[in-house]
Amino acid sequence: MPASLEPATLPRPTPALWPRLVRAVGRAIARAAAQLRRDGFALAGVTIYTVFAVVALLADVLATHDPMEILFLPTGKLAANIRPGADFLLGTTNLGRDIYSQLIHGTRSALLVGLSAAVVVASLGTVVGLVSGYFGGRIDMVMMRFADVALSLPFLPFVIVLIGFLGASINIIIMAVALLLWPNTARVIRSQVLSLRERAYVEAARVTGASTWRIMFVHIAPNILPLSFLYGSIAIGWAILTEASVSFLGFGSANVVSWGYMLQDAFASQALSRGHFNWFIPPGLCIVLVVVAGFFISRGYEEIFFPKLRD
Amino acid sequence: MRLLLERLLHTLLVVWAVVTILFLMFRLMPGSPLAAYLHDNLSEEQQNLILQQFGLDRPLWEQYFIYLGNLLQGELGVSFFQRRPVLDVLLAVFPNTIVLTLSSLIVAYVFGVLAGAYLAWRRNSVIERAAVPAVLAIRAAPEFWIGMVLLAIFSFELGWLPSGGANSPGMFYDSEIDRFLSLDFLRHLILPVLTLALYLQGLPLLLMRSNMLEVMHDEFVTMARMKGLSEWSIVIRHAARNALLPVLTAFALGVGVSVGGNVVVEIVFSWPGIGRLLVNAVATLDYPLAQGAFLLIALVLIFMNFVADMLYSMLDPRVSHARVA
Repeated sequence: MPASLEPATLPRPTPALWPRLVRAVGRAIARAAAQLRRDGFALAGVTIYTVFAVVALLADVLATHDPMEILFLPTGKLAANIRPGADFLLGTTNLGRDIYSQLIHGTRSALLVGLSAAVVVASLGTVVGLVSGYFGGRIDMVMMRFADVALSLPFLPFVIVLIGFLGASINIIIMAVALLLWPNTARVIRSQVLSLRERAYVEAARVTGASTWRIMFVHIAPNILPLSFLYGSIAIGWAILTEASVSFLGFGSANVVSWGYMLQDAFASQALSRGHFNWFIPPGLCIVLVVVAGFFISRGYEEIFFPKLRD
Repeated sequence: MRLLLERLLHTLLVVWAVVTILFLMFRLMPGSPLAAYLHDNLSEEQQNLILQQFGLDRPLWEQYFIYLGNLLQGELGVSFFQRRPVLDVLLAVFPNTIVLTLSSLIVAYVFGVLAGAYLAWRRNSVIERAAVPAVLAIRAAPEFWIGMVLLAIFSFELGWLPSGGANSPGMFYDSEIDRFLSLDFLRHLILPVLTLALYLQGLPLLLMRSNMLEVMHDEFVTMARMKGLSEWSIVIRHAARNALLPVLTAFALGVGVSVGGNVVVEIVFSWPGIGRLLVNAVATLDYPLAQGAFLLIALVLIFMNFVADMLYSMLDPRVSHARVA
């Protein structure tokens, strides 16, 4: 449509895309924060996330040793298999590495993997869901067939094969998680868009001559953002669990200290048969806490935004 | 009937897509395309045979059609290190995985359904309030870690159960059935099954609980109450039966997902199954074996998705094709 016509036919102010999106995000966060006070689950989840985020940021301060350094006792003996105590809070590994410091540094890689995967999954899923739901027809069909195929690939085996061939790296784990998880987000967002696009205000925008992209990203997108957040928060847990499994199977990158690496190290070094519970219980508990925090948050959010979605 | 055909066609399309992805994945990996099937470890005779069989000297598009044709005949190449046809290697370990998967799913679903119904009935009690976060926490735990903890306690600490494998060394059986029914096998099965069941019970439990809560408000339950039926009869004969349908679908889906998801548990317990085979094949770069194991896991998943789909539409006549798609 010619630009000169716009002011005459559209007397209303047309706010730019970004401020509107930012405000929508702000509103969603405010609503969520208000809900927090009422929902114990969500509050617990957010608290856990906050604690781990602080630990990740302050890892260098909180750690008592270099996580990979082989430590020696003042007597010159290797500090191997030391029991928890004042010098080594959670004891040491069979090669004399400090378990507590590894745990603290593991927080960093867990949050890094979790958050990056969440962002990729949520954005990919949102864009595909928006396009698929809004345009419908052939585009929709093709996209949803892609989703079917992605959901038919066995998750962990696919990641293993991919990493086995392409080499271990955090980026590939994130990519693999995103490649297999976007369909869940896209399907839910698509069905939401299908109903939103029939609403009166979208019709009104269309009649006043708003462009397709404008309708999609200014009028519809803000309404599905909470859904994107929800699926993003679920993806955090999945990504952390996947990274842990892959590292446990021995396909993790060698120079990153993660909780999965710690568990693999403990398993391969006979910590189980020697009863070194101080070595393999803490990393597992940390994974449980971070992942369950994601579950709690998504449960709380589902109740605020989508009371009908819960199954 | 039309729905069945349509879903069948759709399933075949997905199978074709997965098979094609697999072809591309294994041809585009580092090294020459020959490396997907040939290895110095195989005898010259075997190598020549495979070269012929897979047309490895032909252009890539021709190889693709030869590959599809071979797949239809179950021809998956020869394992580099076991020097046996891949199909034979796969079929030898597949029953172990199926036994593990089905036993743990059955334990998990029987427990989950009963516990879920109980929690719905005791809504807002102390037990219910404590159980839901506990179930979520178990679901959040990595399966292999649950296995490690159980292994450390029951095998190493208490010495009650064996620490790995499916049979003690030196045991021989007349048939597979005899082996599966032997006390030795069952003792090896307990810990892996317990690990998987702990992990898997959360889904049926939460599903059953919320379905029951929903169904208890339905008209037919009110009707049963008005007829003066006992609470027991209402819960079991009326509500539970209807709440069970989605759980059945979840079970079918669970079989497909678990066969691939078992990988880590099979590693922890050295369980000689398809997942452990895949991990070892990838680790040793035994490409034909890795490809075959992945394909088998994917086919089970796709088939069970199809079964779940059909179950869902058979059990719930309200489902139209549009909703499934």
